[in-house]
Amino acid sequence: MTTIDPARTTRDPVHESTGRAGTGTRGTRIIGIATIIAMGWLVAFGLGFSPADRDQRESVRILYVHVPTIWIAYLAFTVTAVASGMYLFTKKKSLGWDRLAGASAEVGTVFVAVTLVVGALWGRLTWGVFWQWDARLTTTALLFVTYVGYLAVRRLGGSHEQRARRSAVIGLLAVLEIPLVHWSVRLWRSLHQEATVLDTDGDIDMDGLMLFSLFVGVVAFSLLYLWLVLHRTRVMAMEDLMDDRGLDLALEARRSEAGEQSGESGLDAPTENGAG
Amino acid sequence: MSRRAGPSIWRVARLVAAKDLRIEWHSRVFTNQVLPFAGVTMVIFAFALDADVVLERVAPGLVWLATMFSLLVLVQRAFAIETDDGALDAMRVAGIDPRAIYLGKALGLGAQLLVLELVLLFAAVVLYGQTVPLESTALLAATLISATCGLSAVGTLYGGLAAGFRGRETLLPLLTLPAVAPVLIGATRAVEAALGTAGAVVSDGWPWVGLLVVFAVAFGVGGSLAFGPLIDE
Repeated sequence: MTTIDPARTTRDPVHESTGRAGTGTRGTRIIGIATIIAMGWLVAFGLGFSPADRDQRESVRILYVHVPTIWIAYLAFTVTAVASGMYLFTKKKSLGWDRLAGASAEVGTVFVAVTLVVGALWGRLTWGVFWQWDARLTTTALLFVTYVGYLAVRRLGGSHEQRARRSAVIGLLAVLEIPLVHWSVRLWRSLHQEATVLDTDGDIDMDGLMLFSLFVGVVAFSLLYLWLVLHRTRVMAMEDLMDDRGLDLALEARRSEAGEQSGESGLDAPTENGAG
Repeated sequence: MSRRAGPSIWRVARLVAAKDLRIEWHSRVFTNQVLPFAGVTMVIFAFALDADVVLERVAPGLVWLATMFSLLVLVQRAFAIETDDGALDAMRVAGIDPRAIYLGKALGLGAQLLVLELVLLFAAVVLYGQTVPLESTALLAATLISATCGLSAVGTLYGGLAAGFRGRETLLPLLTLPAVAPVLIGATRAVEAALGTAGAVVSDGWPWVGLLVVFAVAFGVGGSLAFGPLIDE
């Protein structure tokens, strides 16, 4: 919208209100380092220590990324829905909830994309095809598209409050939509591997080291999610602040520019349609 | 809202729907543009699937696919007549309950969709060699009505959201098509059962009608609650 020439603006709105140059704090730095360490562990356990599967052989290692990313994506979309509800149904209408919803949906969408891509690779190795029209795959693809739509709604423009209310409603409608899609697609067809860990009988039928690798994956991607959402929320807060202050600053810069010019050439401030 | 003095929601909804249908009747956009578009879609499906056997097998799905595409056109049209003159804002300023506007727009859209679906079914009979057995009339009617309610509920909701923004033409399909996927699945299977496609029997169709009814109720209720916050700005 409004472009701000950094050389001309005398004060920086972001620094002024937050008192720092980046979005990092002590807390996020610790989480970031923990994420890197956990990812290192995931590589070590996923690619090194854990054994190959009897049936799936080496391709089972893909699942240490595939499964955690979709779990965290579900978590992310739950956070989006809850934060959307908090925005709509609390009296204060804090934009913080809206930014949390948006940041969480962004990260969740990326994670679903990762799930779909690595899942397709795993499918090629195990089933022989990249894609199967089974219930869970199809629902996941529609889940992805739904949240891409949600993110597009966030970019429609308007005031921050408009964005917040609109996207909160869409965020809650997605909660209505996803179970319906899942139910219909399930009726349509089902072929996907049944859930191994989160099934109903309570037993976990997995090799110990494999399960531990999966656990490392969940921890690593949870930390990554947390780190990304914290930073993204802060970046969004800064963007909103820029939008709020941007117009004032642009006007100020324009005035000082006009003042300089009239001082130099003795002319009045240039008019908007001064092309003639 | 019994506390509020004034006409009931349903009465206002009927008025809004009647207004929309009257505008369509005068402008003839539905008969001169949307119906021919749907017809052309049915013809080009035949070009893409160049085999009589394939066409016979997939005819019910093509009917609903053509309906979905036409739905997008109809929704855009339904809200273009509102936003062009700021009519939607005027209705809000006049203090009309957004739920009444929503239900009215959905009713008007549903009436047009129903006509469109009947025409498309007729086109499937003529172009794709389908036959409609007499004993499946009830299933067919139930499918058409429940699917139409679901489609117009979703279409009106997202149409209202996208109305009045740049880029709405591209946003509407992105939001609508994933949401109506259950209708496409359910209605296609139900019509397959009704027309006996690939050996399906009529009794196979009724569970799908159940899905369509649940979908229509869920989005009807959700939509009438969400419509106010979406357009109120």
